[in-house]
Amino acid sequence: MNVPLAIAAFLLLNLAAGLWRVMRGPTAADRMLAAQLFGTTAVATLLLLAEGTEQPALRDVALVFALLAAVAAVAFVQRVWSRRTEDVPD
Amino acid sequence: MSPTEWVIEIASILLLAAGAVFFFAGTVGMLRFPDFYSRLHALTKADNVGLGLTVLGLALRADSLATVGKLLVIWALVLLAGATASHLIARSGLRRGIRPWTAP
Repeated sequence: MNVPLAIAAFLLLNLAAGLWRVMRGPTAADRMLAAQLFGTTAVATLLLLAEGTEQPALRDVALVFALLAAVAAVAFVQRVWSRRTEDVPD
Repeated sequence: MSPTEWVIEIASILLLAAGAVFFFAGTVGMLRFPDFYSRLHALTKADNVGLGLTVLGLALRADSLATVGKLLVIWALVLLAGATASHLIARSGLRRGIRPWTAP
């Protein structure tokens, strides 16, 4: 049995469960947090896939994902969330 | 399989499984915690530990030292970027007046 692939599949299930939070919100920040979770989990999944399928190039994809998650969070805070005034719950 | 390879294989499987458990805890925390700040807390810490354990488990299986180095660099990048991003999101949440949850 290929252990890395099995764990990668489990992490994908985790991601699918996390989509519920993207749907529910309630604030934009909660959705952004879910995106952060997806970033970290995607990095782990890609590293496991690189090992499980013996494709070392996937490690570089994981590196790019890590960078993109950081850029996405900064862009969100700077440009999206600082302008709009809706969705502040009390 | 020599006994050493056996021990390394078992240790690697244990580390990978522990990493998966931490990821699961992070997801459950994000789905179940009451407000934005506690979700941030659940997610950032649990996930970074989960990724660290996964990286350690994979490093035991890696075929060269360069691969181990790359795995560690990826983890370090995720740690730095995750900490910075979470701090930014939490601070802008506070500035926008989202109040932390208190027990009703």
